[in-house]
Amino acid sequence: MTADLTVRGATPRVGAPLLDARLVVERRSFRLDLPLAVHAGEVVALLGPNGAGKTTALRALAGLLPLSDGHLTLAGRDLDRPGRRLWSPPERRPIGVVFQDYLLFPHLTALDNVAFGPRRQGLRRRAARERAAGWLDRMGLADHARSRPRHLSGGQAQRVALARALAVEPALLLLDEPLAALDARTRLDTRAQLQRHLAAHPGATLLVTHDPLDALVLADRLVIVEDGRVVQEGDAATITAQPRTDYVARLVGLNLYRGHATGHTVALAGGFELTTGDAHDGDVFVAFPPSAVALHAARPDGSPRNTWPTTIGGVQRHGDNLRVQLAGPIEVAADVTPLAAAHLRLAPGRPVWAAVKATETRAYPAAPPARDARTDR
Amino acid sequence: MTLLDDVASPAPAAPPRRPRRTGRVPVALLLPAALGLLFLVLPLAGLLVRAPWSTLPQRLTEPGVLTALRLSVVTATAATLLCLALGVPLAWLLARVDFPGRRVVRALVTVPLVLPPVVGGVALLLVFGRRGLLGGWLDSTFGVTLPFTTTGVVLAEAFVAMPFLVIAVEGALRGADGRYEEAAATLGASRWTTFTHVTLPLVAPGIAAGAVLCWARALGEFGATITFAGNFPGRTQTMPLAVYLALETDLQAAIVLSLVLLTVSVVILASLRDRWISGP
Repeated sequence: MTADLTVRGATPRVGAPLLDARLVVERRSFRLDLPLAVHAGEVVALLGPNGAGKTTALRALAGLLPLSDGHLTLAGRDLDRPGRRLWSPPERRPIGVVFQDYLLFPHLTALDNVAFGPRRQGLRRRAARERAAGWLDRMGLADHARSRPRHLSGGQAQRVALARALAVEPALLLLDEPLAALDARTRLDTRAQLQRHLAAHPGATLLVTHDPLDALVLADRLVIVEDGRVVQEGDAATITAQPRTDYVARLVGLNLYRGHATGHTVALAGGFELTTGDAHDGDVFVAFPPSAVALHAARPDGSPRNTWPTTIGGVQRHGDNLRVQLAGPIEVAADVTPLAAAHLRLAPGRPVWAAVKATETRAYPAAPPARDARTDR
Repeated sequence: MTLLDDVASPAPAAPPRRPRRTGRVPVALLLPAALGLLFLVLPLAGLLVRAPWSTLPQRLTEPGVLTALRLSVVTATAATLLCLALGVPLAWLLARVDFPGRRVVRALVTVPLVLPPVVGGVALLLVFGRRGLLGGWLDSTFGVTLPFTTTGVVLAEAFVAMPFLVIAVEGALRGADGRYEEAAATLGASRWTTFTHVTLPLVAPGIAAGAVLCWARALGEFGATITFAGNFPGRTQTMPLAVYLALETDLQAAIVLSLVLLTVSVVILASLRDRWISGP
């Protein structure tokens, strides 16, 4: 899966992006400032914790919320540019939205829900229904065309909502937490189907989610937002390998530290030093997986360069292993097998020695790489 | 909530049980409650007891009764249609558009609700009367006279009944999820199309309930009608006016007419039972 994503994410995009925007929305104590560029056929995921401004960005794109500053250009047309007092209402934007809880019109059948958009585009009732039937067929819902939304299952309603948004043939498709309302079992199937439909969509697609799995599976490129700002962006492989914030590190399950590198030695805040496999000079991030941390009852001898005494903070189940939180001098998560845990008699408060091989750590410059010209415009 | 509470709380499968206080009801509450109920029900029972049941069929088919009944139904229906045409857009404006002075407008809309209907009738005369603010102009320009006509009855009833409709519809609009309208906008629907194709169907039950309430209020309208439209049999004499007039000459007829109005009220209440009088 990851290999496939890497290939798709690495596909060079030529020409101007279909969506080119800098979304600035100011509210009382919150400011969103989000540069965003999405090419035709590209699926970008806006990933971030709750309250990061993802939904605000989506509403601004859809025209449900005016920009305070910046610009929003789609297919060469300015849809919102406060500097020039330009603003298009949502009904005049070539944008389709799949809302989090779908918002299928309860008084219309699935078919008429999907035909609603084409009808507004001026198609006659018959033609609109034919187009809608085609979309429902593509979603595998031909049998449910006459069902009202309340008679549809969660997965079916999600697909009707997707069909309704795609039936207007939008230049930009927006999806707000498209799988959040589904139970775990349905989510798996629906995610796979959604990936197929998004891949077939010729326009740009922007997906808003707080679920890293949705983002990794569905998107070509990830834009990670925290506190209204972009903290990292890139394809799944880069982001999972080189997280730049604690939030991202937690998402991808890595221990992450920031420090100052001199050759193979990285000095962290507080005077702690890590020896890394990569040599750098200047501010760097150091990342290593919890599985790279070995625990010993006594001071280990031999190869590991990074060894330090610490105490057990907490122990949790993590898959087949146990995840151990180590307290001080740096916070570290370590994965140990149940056998090793029994051998060490792990319990909170127990002193142990931690060891991390330098070759299992990765260090990379902390200064973000120069951004693409297209996103900075 | 502590951890212990969490552990002790029942499994989610257990049916939710509402705590109900048992024990004696205090007499100090029970007695006035019973008296209150009696006070509301007794007059209606009196109406049923004194009704001339044996001659009821003949009396009901008397031409005067039928004329008044027909006029009442026609004018109340016309007034309701007028209220729908003007009141639903007004309710939409109050519920969906944030304009300066909205609170004042909402207060103005509810004035006829608390205003004595007779005062409403006087006010209508001052505006639409032959020498009123608009009445004189309507008369000289279009030759239209409103007071003491059937149209005047409709106007008086609409004036008194419209607040019921506006309040009911505004409540329904506020209760409806506005995000459906946003969804419609993203699908290319203008505000008008959204209103007709999404908003109206969503709040249709609320509009129906408001219309029934409005119709019932119009049907029983007395004060504004008699002040603004007078009491001419066949033209402006609706059921409540007929009841009042009959009271002075023929008590039995007044009872029969009242019974008819009572029946209509009960039917309306029954049709609204889910919406207005069902408890939690």
